[in-house]
Order: sequence, then structure tokens, then C-alpha cells
Amino acid sequence: MNNFWIILHHTYVNKLKSKSFITTTLLSIVIVIAMTNINKIIEVFDGDSGYKVAVLDETGQLYEPFKKQLSVINKEIKLFKSNKSVEKVEEAVENGDYDGVILLHLNKEQLPEAIFKAKSFSDTSLFTDIQTGLQQLKTMLAASKINLTPEQLQKLYEPVSIEKVALEKNAKTEEELNQARGLVYILLFVIYFSVIMYASMIAMEVATEKSSRVMEILISSVSPIKQMFAKIIGIGLLSLTQLTAFLLIGYFSLKQNMKSLNDGFFEVFGFGNIPVETIFYAILFLILGYFLYATLAAFLGSLVSRIEDVQQMITPMTFLVIAGFMIAMFGLAKPDATFITVTSYIPFFTPMIMFLRVGMLEVPLWEIILGIGILLVTIIALAIFGAKVYRGGVLMYGKSNSFKDIKKALQLTKNE
Amino acid sequence: MVLQINHVTKRFGTFTAVNNLSLTIPEKEMFGFLGANGAGKTTTFRMILGLLDPSEGRITWNGKELNYSTSHLVGYLPEERGLYPKLKVRDQIIYLARLKGMSKREALKELRWWLERFKVPEYENKRVEELSKGNQQKIQFIAAVIHKPKLLILDEPFSGLDPVNVELLKEAVLSLKESGTTIVFSSHQMHHVEEMCEHLCILHKGKPVVHGSLKEIKRAFGKKNLIIHADFSLDALKQFPGVVKVKNTTEGMELQIEGEHVAQRILSEIAGKGFIRKFALEEPSLNDIFIEKVGDSYE
Repeated sequence: MNNFWIILHHTYVNKLKSKSFITTTLLSIVIVIAMTNINKIIEVFDGDSGYKVAVLDETGQLYEPFKKQLSVINKEIKLFKSNKSVEKVEEAVENGDYDGVILLHLNKEQLPEAIFKAKSFSDTSLFTDIQTGLQQLKTMLAASKINLTPEQLQKLYEPVSIEKVALEKNAKTEEELNQARGLVYILLFVIYFSVIMYASMIAMEVATEKSSRVMEILISSVSPIKQMFAKIIGIGLLSLTQLTAFLLIGYFSLKQNMKSLNDGFFEVFGFGNIPVETIFYAILFLILGYFLYATLAAFLGSLVSRIEDVQQMITPMTFLVIAGFMIAMFGLAKPDATFITVTSYIPFFTPMIMFLRVGMLEVPLWEIILGIGILLVTIIALAIFGAKVYRGGVLMYGKSNSFKDIKKALQLTKNE
Repeated sequence: MVLQINHVTKRFGTFTAVNNLSLTIPEKEMFGFLGANGAGKTTTFRMILGLLDPSEGRITWNGKELNYSTSHLVGYLPEERGLYPKLKVRDQIIYLARLKGMSKREALKELRWWLERFKVPEYENKRVEELSKGNQQKIQFIAAVIHKPKLLILDEPFSGLDPVNVELLKEAVLSLKESGTTIVFSSHQMHHVEEMCEHLCILHKGKPVVHGSLKEIKRAFGKKNLIIHADFSLDALKQFPGVVKVKNTTEGMELQIEGEHVAQRILSEIAGKGFIRKFALEEPSLNDIFIEKVGDSYE
């Protein structure tokens, strides 16, 4: 057991001290701090936020009511009444003084019509808002034409009252679901990112030892299996260290930013009240997912003899992770789809998709346990199989980068 | 402390890498393993180390099989040199030594002693990738012997070294032997084996073709080398009965003959024909034996 700890310690400390690790960690921390203060950053860049739209009102009476309507829809749109000629205003738009110009006039039926001119229509929201404002203005004018009283008008516009009642016990309300979605999205991303990054780190590590041929000395002192698991756990601890650093820094940075935490931007992500349960499952599935893919990566890494071939070798594994992430992204919109339920039991997808279900829905405990059970059995099976491949793989040299080598590696281990 | 290889066969699928190999390597001996590339040397070493399991037969050390519980007794210098390129010599050696059960302090003390001995104490804090190939090899050698193994396996220890470093390493190997280490080493440079080993074995396609002590092997081979330097033409000797092989040299001829008696007849044949500056009968070199036994497949 002693050698196990020496390797684990060596793997952990050496990676921790390595320049590349320190650089990526620092870089990621900067990103974390930026992300948690994104509202402030947006404010800095959008200091003069909002749109400026010039209005040429031919009638002289539409400007005020239109301005009133629009201010209800979007406060960010500022209207400016202009008396200049159309050409001059168009020029001003092209110079960037205004985001657009709107020409208002009345048609034969005395209802408003408009021409909207802008540099381009890459920003559709401005146009939509103006359209909505104008539509309301038109409805109002039309209504007053048929002599409806303001009370009648109000009744006409009063929204219908619908009360939503979920019959399933503990079902999440729409609002809760939206909040859960934000948190789950972020945690899914953490799982996805960690699994890909740390698993390929393992594959690289194994391939480096193999290509530098230090492997042969190592396995003459320590059994390859012990070495493989010491490595997996060593990198695992490293990943936990890194993630803890990110989480702590992210948390404190958010706390600094607390005021905006419960309103505005972050409300969408549901950071106001983080459910402990979701975090617990995120960590659990992160660890399980890591073990599954790390084992896979370790034995794939043991098959190549040049570092250049590592990426090629682990590509199929990366695709599996990406597929899982894609399915999870789809599941965010529709977490109770049958497709999602089924895939949450496929071990290679379980870490992300079962977590998605747990985070978004009320999943019965036995389903979670079943999913985790299948995942654990797969991890153990993969570890046993992987250890066998690894044992032979580390002794194989040559231009080996195909899956046929798995068979060759197993043959080396066998003692017929 | 005897290393016993008992009817060992190793097959990879349909390919037989080692075929029914039996050897006994006595304690405190230096044993030479000769063989062309692909003869099965490295596979045999890997089986001795327990990295591969033999398909048939057993390998024992003092009657017990070698495995990871005995790995601190064994030192191994693999044919393909390998160290962590980015690690400092010191960290590297300490790591590998600790895996062999040494403490950090002990390992550091031994490392300094060896670096001193190899006249490179300044390498302690250098990264391996900064060192030349020959110097990396010294570090690799230290990694193999730092824990004072009882059994030392050296796979091509002298390849790629300049003559000065070969001498340095040879001395180190010999002093380890003096202090009681059993050493198994492979080479395809015959003169190293000839110089250092009491016992040897020539492997050919997984089979031992020659096996025994150096003296016995040479005696059993029978043939001798005869070197003649003379002022007259020796071409007539090419057809002389008992002459196996002829090689012209600048000063005369080198003959391989069937035995001492042939030398006597040659001497009486050429005596009186002119001035003979050298007439010497020599033991066959290991090289001659190797070429004869392994033949054309050796390159």
C-alpha cells in the first residue's frame, strides 16, 4: 500500500507545482471572477445603453402618445422629435448619431403608419419593440374612433386570469424550474468541463510516462494496476483542489456582488437560494463521472506510445462526453421527456443526465440509486478490464494507435 | 541466492518469443546474455522481473518466484532509457528510490555518493532534458542501483556511450559485482561480455544455442584463430586442409582453423619459404562463436 501513496503523492504534488497547472488555474480564476461580476462588466461597457431613435412626425400629434406607449415597453429606447428634413436625419443615422429614424404619418382612414429606417437590422429587438408600440398606438386610436370609453377599453385589454396548479406533489413551479435550470446548467457545464479536462490529463500523464520510457522502471517497482489507480486518484484530488479553489473564489466574489444577487441578471440562475441537495448530487455525479472517464482515459492512454497520438486515441471518449452534454442541453428544456429518462440510465450519460433530472424534477430515490448502481457496476467492470489492458498496454511500443491494440494488450497480460 | 530459469516458454499469440529456456545463474556472478535483435532477451528480462508471466515454466530466485514483494531486491536498467524529462535529477531519483522502499534521506545520500563517483555532482538540481544522452544514462544507472539490489538486470548498459563513460560504467558494474550483487546483462557488443562475464548464453530466436562458462564455450567450439604476418604470398593456404575461413589483412592473413594440429602443419608448410614476422595461435573470439551460431540472421 505504501507505494500507492508515494505515487499518489508524486502525481498530485508534481502536477500542482507544474507551470501549466498554475497558469490554467490562474486564468480560470480570472474567468470565474469575471463571470461572477458580469453585471458590472456589462454596465461598464453599456454606459450609454439604450437606443436613440429620431422621430419625424408629419401629423404633429402622434409623437407624444407613441412615446408614452414605447416607454412602457422598453425604457431603454429614447425618442427624439426632429424637425429636420428626411435626408438630414438619414445622414445622422448613418453617422451613428441615432440608431434609427421613424417617419410617422396617418393613412386614409386616419390610422398611423410608419416607415422605419436603420443602418441595418442586425438588432431585431429594437424593431420588434417599435412595432409593438406602434401597434398599441393604432389599436388605441382605432378604439377611440368607435367611441369606446376608457373603461371599456381597459376591460378589453385586461389580461385573462389563469391560475396554475400542479397536481403532482412537490412538483416545481415554473419559477422554481427556471431557477433550477440556471443552476443545473452551470453545474452541468462544470461536470462536462471537468470530466473532459481531467480525463485527458490522465491520458496525457500515462502517455508521457510511456513515451519517456520511465514506465518500464515504474512497473518494475510497482504493479501497473496499483500505479494506474494511484494516478487516477492523484489527479482526482488535484481536480477537487482546483474546483474547490474555483468554487470558493466564485462564492466570495458573488458575495461581494450580493446586492445584485437577488435581482437582475443572477435571478435567472437561481443563485439566491441554492438548494443544498442539488450541490450534493452535483459533487456525487462529478466524482462518479470522473472515475468512469478517468479509467477509460487511463487505459486508452496506455495504448499509445507517442504523446501526439493521445488526442486521436481519446477522441471517441470525448465524443461520448459531448453527446452526453448535448442530450443534457436538450433535457434542460424538457427534463421529463422519455428520451431523457432512458438515457439517464446509460452509464456513460448518467453523470450528466441523471443529475439533470435530479436537479430539475422530483425523481424518486430508487431511480437515482438504480442509476448510480448501474454506473458503479460499469466503473468497476471498466476498472478491471482497463487494468488488464493497461498492464499489457504499457509494455507495448511501436506505432500503436488503433483499437486493435486492446486485443494485443490483453494478449500480453494473458498467461496461457 | 540462485536465479533459476526453468523450462520457460513465452508465446504472444502464435509467435514464440522465448522457447524452452533453462538457465541457472549463480549468486555473485556476472551473467551475459547475447542475442541478435528480437532474440528474446528483453522478454526474458521482463519475465524475470515479473512484468510478464511465462506461458510455461517457472523463474525462481532462491526457490521463490519474484514479484512485487521482492522488487526492492531487484534493480533494472531497461534497454530503452527513460526518465521524466521535466523533473530534476534529485526529485526523480528520490521518487524512484522511494518506490523501492528507501527513505528520502537515504536516497539523497546515495544519490550524492553516486554523482560524486560519476564526477557529475552538479547535476543534482538539473532537469533530465538538459543533460546529454550519456549523462542521462548515468542517472538511469543510478536509478537502477541506488537501492543496493541483490539482483541487477542491465539491458544493453553500454550502448550509446563514449569510451570514457563506458569505462566509468564498467568499473561501477564490476565494483557492484565485488560487493556481492548478482548481475545479468545483455549486449550485442561481444567484447563487453567477453571481458566481464564468467557465464553466458547466446539466444537465437528464443532458443539458447550456446550456454555455459566462457572458457568451456571457447574450448567446446574447438576452432582456433591463426594470425600470420609474412613477406611472401600466403594464398596457397586458402586450400590447405583444416582451414575453415580466411581473411586477408594488410600485413598477412587471419585464418580460422579446425584445431591446434592444423597450425602445426601450416607452420611446417610455410617454414623456409621466406621471413615470417608473426605466427600466433589465438582462442576464438566470442564474436566468431556468435557469428557461427547465430549465422546470417545477425546483423
